[in-house]
Amino acid sequence: MPGKLKVKIVAGRHLPVMDRASDLTDAFVEVKFGNTTFKTDVYLKSLNPQWNSEWFKFEVDDEDLQDEPLQITVLDHDTYSANDAIGKVYIDIDPLLYSEAATVISGWFPIYDTIHGIRGEINVVVKVDLFNDLNRFRQSSCGVKFFCTTSIPKCYRAVIIHGFVEELVVNEDPEYQWIDRIRTPRASNEARQRLISLMSGELQRKIGLKVLEMRGNAVVGYLQCFDLEGESGLVVRAIGTACTLDKLSSPAAFLPACNSPSKEMKEIPFNEDPNPNTHSSGPSTPLKNQTYSFSPSKSYSRQSSSSDTDLSLTPKTGMGSGSAGKEGGPFKALLRQQTQSALEQREFPFFTLTAFPPGFLVHVGGVVSARSVKLLDRIHNPDEPETRDAWWAEIRQEIKSHAKALGCHAVVGYSESTSICEEVCILSASGTAAVLNPRFLQDGTVEGCLEQRLEENLPVGCGFCHIPYDELNMPFPAHLTYCYNCRKQKVPDVLFTTVDLPTDATVIGKGCLIQARLCRLKKKAQAEANATAISNLLPFMEYEVHTQLMNKLKLKGMNALFGLRIQITVGENMLMGLASATGVYLAALPTPGGIQIAGKTPNDGSYEQHISHMQKKINDTIAKNKELYEINPPEISEEIIGSPIPEPRQRSRLLRSQSESSDEVTELDLSHGKKDAFVLEIDDTDAMEDVHSLLTDVPPPSGFYSCNTEIMPGINNWTSEIQMFTSVRVIRLSSLNLTNQALNKNFNDLCENLLKSLYFKLRSMIPCCLCHVNFTVSLPEDELIQVTVTAVAITFDKNQALQTTKTHVEKSLQRASTDNEELLQFPLELCSDSLPSHPFPPAKEHLESASSNSGIPAAQRDRCSSWIELIKLKAQTIRRGSIKTTVTVEKASPMGEGNFRNRSAPPCANSTVGVVKMTPLSFIPGAKITKYLGIINMFFIRETTSLREEGGVSGFLHAFIAEVFAMVRAHVAALGGNAVVSYIMKQCVFMENPNKNQAQCLINVSGDAVVFVRESELEVVSTQQPTANCQPSCTGGEVTT
Amino acid sequence: MTSELDIFVGNTTLIDEDVYRLWLDGYSVSDAVSLRVRSGILEQTGATAAVLQSDTMDHYRTFHMLERLLHAPPKLLHQLIFQIPPSRQALLIERYYAFDEAFVREVLGKKLSKGTKKDLDDISTKTGITLKSCRRQFDNFKRVFKVVEEMRGSLVDNIQQHFLLSDRLARDYAAIVFFANNRFETGKKKLQYLSFGDFAFCAELMIQNWTLGAVDSQVADMDVDLDKEFLQDLKELKMLVADKDLLDLHKSLVCTALRGKLGVFSEMEANFKNLSRGLVNVAAKLTHNKDVRDLFVDLVEKFVEPCRSDHWPLNDVRLFLNQYSASVHSLDGFRHQALWDRYMGTLRGCLLRLYHD
Repeated sequence: MPGKLKVKIVAGRHLPVMDRASDLTDAFVEVKFGNTTFKTDVYLKSLNPQWNSEWFKFEVDDEDLQDEPLQITVLDHDTYSANDAIGKVYIDIDPLLYSEAATVISGWFPIYDTIHGIRGEINVVVKVDLFNDLNRFRQSSCGVKFFCTTSIPKCYRAVIIHGFVEELVVNEDPEYQWIDRIRTPRASNEARQRLISLMSGELQRKIGLKVLEMRGNAVVGYLQCFDLEGESGLVVRAIGTACTLDKLSSPAAFLPACNSPSKEMKEIPFNEDPNPNTHSSGPSTPLKNQTYSFSPSKSYSRQSSSSDTDLSLTPKTGMGSGSAGKEGGPFKALLRQQTQSALEQREFPFFTLTAFPPGFLVHVGGVVSARSVKLLDRIHNPDEPETRDAWWAEIRQEIKSHAKALGCHAVVGYSESTSICEEVCILSASGTAAVLNPRFLQDGTVEGCLEQRLEENLPVGCGFCHIPYDELNMPFPAHLTYCYNCRKQKVPDVLFTTVDLPTDATVIGKGCLIQARLCRLKKKAQAEANATAISNLLPFMEYEVHTQLMNKLKLKGMNALFGLRIQITVGENMLMGLASATGVYLAALPTPGGIQIAGKTPNDGSYEQHISHMQKKINDTIAKNKELYEINPPEISEEIIGSPIPEPRQRSRLLRSQSESSDEVTELDLSHGKKDAFVLEIDDTDAMEDVHSLLTDVPPPSGFYSCNTEIMPGINNWTSEIQMFTSVRVIRLSSLNLTNQALNKNFNDLCENLLKSLYFKLRSMIPCCLCHVNFTVSLPEDELIQVTVTAVAITFDKNQALQTTKTHVEKSLQRASTDNEELLQFPLELCSDSLPSHPFPPAKEHLESASSNSGIPAAQRDRCSSWIELIKLKAQTIRRGSIKTTVTVEKASPMGEGNFRNRSAPPCANSTVGVVKMTPLSFIPGAKITKYLGIINMFFIRETTSLREEGGVSGFLHAFIAEVFAMVRAHVAALGGNAVVSYIMKQCVFMENPNKNQAQCLINVSGDAVVFVRESELEVVSTQQPTANCQPSCTGGEVTT
Repeated sequence: MTSELDIFVGNTTLIDEDVYRLWLDGYSVSDAVSLRVRSGILEQTGATAAVLQSDTMDHYRTFHMLERLLHAPPKLLHQLIFQIPPSRQALLIERYYAFDEAFVREVLGKKLSKGTKKDLDDISTKTGITLKSCRRQFDNFKRVFKVVEEMRGSLVDNIQQHFLLSDRLARDYAAIVFFANNRFETGKKKLQYLSFGDFAFCAELMIQNWTLGAVDSQVADMDVDLDKEFLQDLKELKMLVADKDLLDLHKSLVCTALRGKLGVFSEMEANFKNLSRGLVNVAAKLTHNKDVRDLFVDLVEKFVEPCRSDHWPLNDVRLFLNQYSASVHSLDGFRHQALWDRYMGTLRGCLLRLYHD
């Protein structure tokens, strides 16, 4: 009996009137945990009852503590009839189970009812006394920390990154049980909420056990999803990356660090990044990837098992990876061996992280993805979820083999998703094939880690772009050039990845959000016929999505995509594909060629004219985009590039053909010199449409940038003004004569209009960047398309932005070093508000300048013999660099005050509600996260039978989402936190039946509750901070924050 | 392709002040959109009308949800659903409770009942303020009235505490509540030249001096009801005009003191008895509710109009009233000096405020 849970019910407020006669309520509370229930006294006739109960004590074992939620029900006492429920609060007590997190949960929680929404609040205090349990065979995993953040959390360092953990549990969905026919909607919603809460607790406990087995103590990048399979059940599955984390404890170390993330870099070399980016220094290298390894999806009928792909692909791999290009060969090989041995023990060398400690990511191969179409079947025995397990195992196997084909041993930025429509389910997995540095993956002495890590960081800023596979045995056609940064290694012409931009990557100009959108009609069909139809369509969709991405990327004048996420959604009569990524220009990769249009009927004069007109438009757009995103790479003459590229230049030609093999045609094209042109052949109206749609994507209004990665490459002077939001749109298609084109246009307009609306709404935050823009598409009904977007808008400082723009890449090498001085004074002189941001670049620049100026390039030339010395050299430089950084930051701090002064009048009313920030990012600009309080993972159902009265579908959903935010904030505040980072709305399932005046919505959100301290207020007591947070918004026309 | 659902929810609730104003002014979404279009916002931002429509809808929905909370402002501060910085909360409340001068003049002193609510249509037509806005303002008056009507303590403080209004606005509401409770007539044609500010000024003076609260700060309704005993006592003042000697003495004291100081001396001298009778009779009649209601009508008829027809400059009115009240202290036969001061001190302030074109 290893734990005692203690709960006290203090008071309620703003309760609804339950007794019409008196306009008052006789409220009491039931507190339930497991099978034990306690009740408070009835507090008569009040809307603000003061129960002030005794401590209710539950003696439970820790397995239950992990699985069960604490359930608090507020009721209205009724002498003559049954007591009426006012609402409930579910509290996940998991955060109280590990030592470093919260010690008490105490605060006002909204009382939630699935039919009426929030009805007042209740003040609760919860504590847990845990007894030590030395039982080795225990079923619980108390103490394992969970993080949604897909990078090493800020106040920790990774000792070892163990690898992939996954688990799934299944159950019957209460909504589909027979009993649902006779119970109220409220009872059935509550049963579902409770079940899911229970299942996620169980899932988390089981994952925790796996982590303990691996001797880890934490799960990073924890992603839990629900599959509502309808009749066939409810699946809750989760993936994550097991790690051994060490808390960076010494407060002394933190003091200097407080100001900026960059400081953190110094102390925590591995921490990856919050701040990434920068477009800093030296040209790096880029590389390759074209990435696309396609996995043909197959449809399996119920009986068939899976994969043959695996077999066919594997052979290539082994070879490819074994022999790398000649330069760097030994190094690579060595690396590979180590990595291999470290990784090979693992069934799946996957990592859900998207940002890594410096040096962790050695090479990136490209995006690997796999999809499969399954027919759902009732889950007969919930305790044996083997079928679902087998399905995922199959997909993962496929991913693994794709990665091997790319010469990589690991997959990073790995994620899984499903799309379900009736009984058909598409399972998808994707990630980025990569070669990792083995040091992080093995047990090693703790002290050793630091140096080692730095050492590995060999190829500065371009290493990750270099191809990991054998150029003579490429897994797919691509052309390679020598890296534009180090000139030593081969890089691909474009690189697609699912991870964030590595901190040390050299980027020219700014990035931008790139989306490919696609719809395909499909005949309605049943069961296997349907599954077959879908799997036949999938390859074409993937192909077209890829083509669109490629075209749009070129149109932007960029050569790499980060954070790529392709979502394929299945509906009754159509499939939708939506790919989002952040395009950037990597200095290490070659300049992208233009896009050329070719007409099919050259005789027709007016047609020719039309073509040339289009061509001109395209060229203009490219030129405009280059200017817009400040892409002006240094001109590099052919000679510098060195040895001639072996392959003949090829021209890729995109045909609208159906077979993949036909799309690459090799031919000599002298006219284009070294630039490749992408040729679009306009042979039918479809193609015409495509070209048009390319050109109709409007860039964001000036002052706005957008990206779907954590931060925007090229902007690093964030202010602390952030606004997280969720926007949902549903459109109804007119069902008459739907064609693919019309559908595409509708979908495209939907997404574009949505973006335009966001820009308009957030105009008061200009200059501003929408970060982590996350689109999800669903097809709730035949003619409905639903798009949900969650993102955070962050204001940045314009003055500094200018500064950055001025610096040209040509100068970047020197700049790196000079900038440090500039940065030292700059803030003082301008007293600008951008405290937060600029500290980062110095660290990075130092790093790079160190490497580029200190003779490392020379050393690189003979990497084989002297790389160890080189590493030592570098390690030293880096240390020096970081010391300087510290100085910078300290000087920067006065700025904070300046910032403060600028803010407008003090708040007029004193609010008792503390501000809780929410952000999908893993950090808070201008602030330091001092503590992680635990994971927030909440599932809510809301239903109404008076849709019109609640303002229609928009009113209903608007209110519900606002309530969900409120409940998340209340839980965070009760844990003692003031922000949620890595926030994500994983599901938003909306169903309506306007004829019956009904609607239902399910929302699942998660994130990490944290305590942060504003950099400018570090010395000041942190309590003031909520108020300070709101101030910036007082000034402007429109609120933000 | 039609939009079925279109929402935007921020962690911090977005408030657009311009849209808030349009909403408060009672414009429908489509009217608000066209007004915004006319403001040139599309050109400034490069947005389309559809974007504007969606944005306006969103804000309207938010305001609609906030409205319930605005009815009890302390709830807005403690609620958890909308995260709004304090300065914005204050702005939302202040603007919500703000009212139009034209509207308040129409309902000032009327009973805040269903009957009056039915007349809002006419008021809307007459003032050009949308019916929706009229309703909001009327309901605000009524809500504040209901809450503070029976409460102990200072009226202004109570309003401020329960509605979190600024000092200025809370005072205005105190006046509205006071007028509504005493049902002062303000709508007569001859009172049309008076602004809400004039009445609010008088209300404040009357609350300070003529209510129960002026003597005892612990009674219920202290600032809302006039002190009945005081009104009863006012009858005693009648001797000032009924006793001919007293009246003559009073007149000669005033005339002696003002001779040569007043531009309208002769007119004053000629009218003294009429004016004094008017002022004292007003006091004496205040025992009847009906006459209380007509207080302002009487003041204007009996004092403001006669003076105005003789073109008294404001300064002369001031000199006269000062002297007129002060001289009573020298009337040996008159014993109700304190009562006179309590009455005339307030009345003098009111008359000076009411005396304009």
